[in-house]
Amino acid sequence: MISAYFTPLWQISLWAPQYPEGLNMKIWIDHLSGDVDIINGVNHYIGMKHIGVEMFPEFSYLVYVFGFIIGFGFLAAVIGKRWSLYTFFSMITLLGIGVLVDMYLWGYDYGHNLDPTAAIKVPGMAYQPPLIGYKELLNFLAYSGPDTGGWILAAVGSIMLYAVVSEKLKSKKEKALA
Amino acid sequence: MKTKLWLLAGAAVAMALANGCKPKGAQSALSGDAASKVYVAPGQHDEFYNIISGGFNGQMSVVGLPSGRVFKILPVFSVHPENGWGFSEETKPMLNTSHGFVPWDDLHHIAISTTNAEHDARWAFGNANNTPRIARVDLTTFKTVEIIEIPNSGGNHSSPFITENTEYVVAGTRFSVPTGDDNQRDVPIETYKENFRGTISFISVDKEHGDMDIAFQLEAPPFNFDLARAGKKKSHGWFFFSTYNTEMAHTLLEVNASQKDKDFIMAVNWKKAEEYIKQGKGKKVKAKYAHNKWNEETHMATSVIKDEVLSLDPRELKDIIYFIPCPKSPHGTDTDPSGEYIVGSGKLAAIIPVFSFTKMLKAIENQDFEGSVDGMPVLRYESVLHGEVEKPGLGPLHTEFDGKGNAYTSFFVSSEVVKWNIETLQVLDRVPTYYSVGHLMIPGGPTGKPHGKYLVAYNKITKDRYLPTGPELAHSAQLYDISGDKMQLLLDFPTIGEPHYAEAFPATLIKDKQVKFYPLEKNNHPRALKGINDARVVREGNKVHVYMTTIRSNFRPDNIEGIRVGDEVYFHVTNLEQDWDVPHGFAVKGANTAELLIMPGETSTLKWIPDRVGVFPFYCTDFCSALHQEMQGYIRVSPAGSNVPLKYSTGVAE
Repeated sequence: MISAYFTPLWQISLWAPQYPEGLNMKIWIDHLSGDVDIINGVNHYIGMKHIGVEMFPEFSYLVYVFGFIIGFGFLAAVIGKRWSLYTFFSMITLLGIGVLVDMYLWGYDYGHNLDPTAAIKVPGMAYQPPLIGYKELLNFLAYSGPDTGGWILAAVGSIMLYAVVSEKLKSKKEKALA
Repeated sequence: MKTKLWLLAGAAVAMALANGCKPKGAQSALSGDAASKVYVAPGQHDEFYNIISGGFNGQMSVVGLPSGRVFKILPVFSVHPENGWGFSEETKPMLNTSHGFVPWDDLHHIAISTTNAEHDARWAFGNANNTPRIARVDLTTFKTVEIIEIPNSGGNHSSPFITENTEYVVAGTRFSVPTGDDNQRDVPIETYKENFRGTISFISVDKEHGDMDIAFQLEAPPFNFDLARAGKKKSHGWFFFSTYNTEMAHTLLEVNASQKDKDFIMAVNWKKAEEYIKQGKGKKVKAKYAHNKWNEETHMATSVIKDEVLSLDPRELKDIIYFIPCPKSPHGTDTDPSGEYIVGSGKLAAIIPVFSFTKMLKAIENQDFEGSVDGMPVLRYESVLHGEVEKPGLGPLHTEFDGKGNAYTSFFVSSEVVKWNIETLQVLDRVPTYYSVGHLMIPGGPTGKPHGKYLVAYNKITKDRYLPTGPELAHSAQLYDISGDKMQLLLDFPTIGEPHYAEAFPATLIKDKQVKFYPLEKNNHPRALKGINDARVVREGNKVHVYMTTIRSNFRPDNIEGIRVGDEVYFHVTNLEQDWDVPHGFAVKGANTAELLIMPGETSTLKWIPDRVGVFPFYCTDFCSALHQEMQGYIRVSPAGSNVPLKYSTGVAE
């Protein structure tokens, strides 16, 4: 989880006939990188908001949320009890769900809440980026998915799940023996 | 009797119809699989960049090989209204000379930079023939970044040629001219032999940045100097210039400069010249010349007039210059990839002489001289000669090499390329060109490492090769496959301007090093804007500075009022885009200049003097986006002395 401070968590990529090389935006724990300016330049025609750090209040507190969970993780290791493992797992799961819901809500707003004076208006069209996977939006093919840090977190989640399940099984056995 | 008459008539008709007697022409020269060898599939890239001189258009063109497709006309010595070269305030100093602003020149030869006698393709050099100058082009931006004027020169044809590590780029004068102060230069033309000098300039090139400087000039005899080559590898440290008019005629050269059986190849020991300079033997002489440099961070050029060069007199400073007799007005001198052989091409000669560098050194050591010119030794022809190529063709001009022991010489008069073996001097093959080839070129051909796959002939006469376009025709070029024993014609393609020399090198040397845009944060133009909020208009007396931004798809400001007739309006336009291939253009009605074409991250300035009252439109000239046609603005011009207040805005409806 510490890797989240050094690696991008999420990425959004766009391809179009004019952009065969693709445009790529990376979302980190507290900032954005990649072709953000170019994506903004292209998206202003359809009235999408200007993507910037100020658009994501999450950047200001996500660092602390991660810090808290990491801290609890160490604490859980020290405590070494099953309940501490379960709590830690729940925290990570909640964080994951929270991030996905947050992403969806942002994507919905970004894709639907358009400037009414936009140069290009396509009736009935919304530009909500996919949560995970590919989606065609006008001349663009959009992709959204975890980046390095995201995959590491997913792996952590899976390991935790394995740990939780195996502990559960063990505790069942212990109970059965008792 | 009647039968005889009938028979005669029949024979006459048969002869008239027979076509067997006339040799077959050009149409039969192409073999079946040529098309596939030059086919570069859509989306694929050519194997070689070919940088071609534009001749009388003063520019270079960038062509791909083997396809022959033109990618760019790269402005060098001539103004280029389509991108504002020579019209924008920033580029004007690039065309400054000691004679003031010169809007045109004649660019004949290309030299691509080398390291260890191999192309490194960092820079392309080109010569201005008419008002003598050398230009340096940066091959990561394909932009002319430096131009240096050559003083004491007239007709900078013998240029540019580079030493094997690009230590120097040289410039020999075609016309010898009187040099020195005003009194020394104001002399009767008939005092040619006493007062005229044939100056050879050695221009140093900075190893890291390429910056040029005139290191020294040699005061050679008043001959006409023609094409030259540096020695390489074993002959590194020497330079070989072809000379003609060793008769030293100053009128009707056609006749008077064609009298001698032999002119000279002038061998210059430039390492020796460097030694003399170290010993302080050079003398500073007055000479006025311009030195213009482009700065990629301020996006503007500066021009400095210099007034002094270091001069060496080879009549007094021995062992710098030796003459090798060479038949009949040599036009080209070429050194083979090993540096051992020096090929002279006497344009009126019936043979091609090949000289040996080893033999030349020996002849110098043994003082095997047959005469002297002003105290500079003339070596004995037979002592320096490796051998002669017999009956090669008519009118030999230039020779390139394939790196496999073969040489290829262009023949203007017999309109052909002839392949011959350097060691044995045997002619191996010949192919026609369409028509009258001047220069020829093999990728890497003048270097120590030729890529002996293709040869291009750049022709002087086109006639019937393409769809006709009135009296003036595109100059033709032909591409040949030279990978086998026999040369094979693959492609015939039109060119831009009038190509003379060209060079080609593998695309892989530079294609991944291309600059895609200029980072805005590094833009140090004094009038650059870093964002749309800085856009403004400032009046300083009758000068009005419009600080303008462009980004898809608007100008800021786009409504300007308070300009008066006779004002000098400067549009300082910064392109805020930070993406490849998104230039914006700027044009305003009635401008006596041109347009601007502003690369992403660059700032350019167009000067405009409104001549009448009215509202003038301006617009983007480069189709930048879906709303390109909306990218426009208005300037209101009021009468001189009007008190309409200065006002500017964007997107404000009243």
